[in-house]
Amino acid sequence: MSASQDELSFRNAIREAIDEELAADSDVIFFGEDVAEAGGVFAVTPGLRDKYGDERVFDTPISELALSSAAFGSAVAGLRPIVEIMFADFLFLAMDSLVNQSAKYWYLSNEQKSIPLVVRSAVGGGIGFGPIHSQVPISWFLGVPGLKIIAPSTANDAKRLLKAAIRDENPVLFFEHKALYATTEVREELTGQEILGKARIVREGSDITLVSCMKGVADCLEAARLLSEIGISAEVLDLRSLRPMDNEMIQSSFSKTKSLLVVEEGPITGGWAGEVISIANEVNNDGMKLWRIATEDRPIPFSPALENEFYPSATTIFESVRERHAR
Amino acid sequence: MDTLKANLELFEKMVLIRTFEETVQSLFQKGAIVGTTHLYSGQEAVATGFASALQPQDLVAATYRGHGHALATGVTPQSLMDEMLGRLTGVCGGRSGSMNVIDLEHRLIGCFGIIGGSIGAATGAAIALARRNGVAIAYFGDGAINQAYFYECLNFAAVRKLPVIFVCENNLYGEYTPWEDVTAGQIRARAEALEVKSETIDGNDVWAVQKAALASFDYARNGNGPVFIEALTYRFVGHSRSDPGKYRKPGELDAWKLRDPLIIARKRLVDEFSFSPQEVDAAEAGVKKRMEEVREQSLKAPSPGLKKLGSEFMELKRTGGGGA
Ligand SMILES: Cc1ncc(C[n+]2csc(CCOP(=O)(O)OP(=O)(O)O)c2C)c(N)n1
Ligand SMILES: [Mg+2]
Repeated sequence: MSASQDELSFRNAIREAIDEELAADSDVIFFGEDVAEAGGVFAVTPGLRDKYGDERVFDTPISELALSSAAFGSAVAGLRPIVEIMFADFLFLAMDSLVNQSAKYWYLSNEQKSIPLVVRSAVGGGIGFGPIHSQVPISWFLGVPGLKIIAPSTANDAKRLLKAAIRDENPVLFFEHKALYATTEVREELTGQEILGKARIVREGSDITLVSCMKGVADCLEAARLLSEIGISAEVLDLRSLRPMDNEMIQSSFSKTKSLLVVEEGPITGGWAGEVISIANEVNNDGMKLWRIATEDRPIPFSPALENEFYPSATTIFESVRERHAR
Repeated sequence: MDTLKANLELFEKMVLIRTFEETVQSLFQKGAIVGTTHLYSGQEAVATGFASALQPQDLVAATYRGHGHALATGVTPQSLMDEMLGRLTGVCGGRSGSMNVIDLEHRLIGCFGIIGGSIGAATGAAIALARRNGVAIAYFGDGAINQAYFYECLNFAAVRKLPVIFVCENNLYGEYTPWEDVTAGQIRARAEALEVKSETIDGNDVWAVQKAALASFDYARNGNGPVFIEALTYRFVGHSRSDPGKYRKPGELDAWKLRDPLIIARKRLVDEFSFSPQEVDAAEAGVKKRMEEVREQSLKAPSPGLKKLGSEFMELKRTGGGGA
């Protein structure tokens, strides 16, 4: 906070994004545990309640399910809530509302109403918080159609992406890595509206693509510097959005470097790194035939006319294999 | 006179719900409706009584046993029946089916397939409705009071003084289990412990429900905070599809059938509101005839095509202005 005018800390980037969106649209509200009076346990949101009043910025009971469902209900009824779930490890208590209510509403309602809500949550370890205050639960939500998952790596990007998340018409999980809060950058001027779902090449290279998000991006950049000293040119790709993923950028970078390493802070089994590798593989298999059949990224429809065609079947498996092997 | 007409309409609404449910049951048995259904037969007075006190800006959240709440709130029988059959013309285009109906045009936030979900949805809606003098209402069963949603949201609504009415329809069972076997203490006492204004009412007399509803809406709309109502009622049919109801105590169903909300309403229309039995019969016949037409039209309604999968996300509406 003592940074000079042209410096932006990650922590301040988040507060500025919320502040500016509260100012821009009276339908935006912000609530969570200890966020108003105290300004948040990570000191991210001081002053907002005093500026916008208790109707729009308020403290809630320690009830993660109630507060995520309150966000859902208020969005159905016309508001654009931002809620803070203090640690992402607590998101599991809010799971039903996020997964069964918010994420499915647009589709289930036959597109009557989308749920423009943002759930901000602190993730990640490295600062001694132990097993139940350090998780990065991205892969828990990766298979939930209707949810967007954003995970910024720098201060300027955090501000840009959070503003875009608040303006997005869909439910967005916005993850903030605890180890990044104190990091700073030279402030960039933000122009135009960011579209969620785009990755970014933060370092160009030709021998290998290093893919990561959040704190992992800085680690990849440092590794790339070390690699350059032994003559390996590494490209670094910051995913920024885990859902949807930028398939195009992953595939084009892999097409160029023909080598790809994904760095994930999280258990290797069932992690999002496997998803990135699948995406890269699916166009770029050098004659290998390696691909997937699964359901579309949508909630399961009720009508037999829709549901019967929704799942993989012997016919779709047969057709898919025949088509690939004819190539 | 206006109130007389309104009283007959309450009866017609309840007949509509009962007939709708009987139609669903028969279509289910024929295999025209697939999956599962949870019928509201026997509990009609609760949804009908509360809906009669709704204002245009109010919102409703119900459960998988939600056909009655949907119809009472104003969802059209045709669009609802089409949804049961998974047709393109259904209220959710065939995507939601029986358990998850949403119709915002008719104030229905949704029917929630997860026990307790309606409680959270209405609590949140009340945050927005407080800005426009509206009230949200959540319906749920006796089983839902053992869910986290119940405690978390009653407390949340109480401390924020939100305009929301929590209506627990105590029909004595959660699926096949008597509520008192799995519930400590009394239902209403839980709301009272949070100092939420509470009342237990006869859920089978639509006028008793209406009276409690009017008082509750008034209280919540005037900024006094939430209200909890326990409505005592009984479902006449199985929990879902082909449940034969073996868990019922001997004589219990027969005793409740004497207190059928339709019988009670019919009697009060004749004894207290000066309708002739013939007028009541004619009203009932009219509703049944209309439901027959709805049924026929639903069976002819188009199926959603494969191209109707749609997108998981809504496109961005607003652009520009994203800068600092
Ligand atoms: C979270 C959750 N657990 C279990 C179920 C399965 N289930 C469906 S209805 C039901 C009974 C609910 O009883 P109650 O709340 O009394 O409502 P009623 O069906 O009697 O209207 C159960 C256990 C569910 N839908 N959601
Ligand atoms: Mg019950």
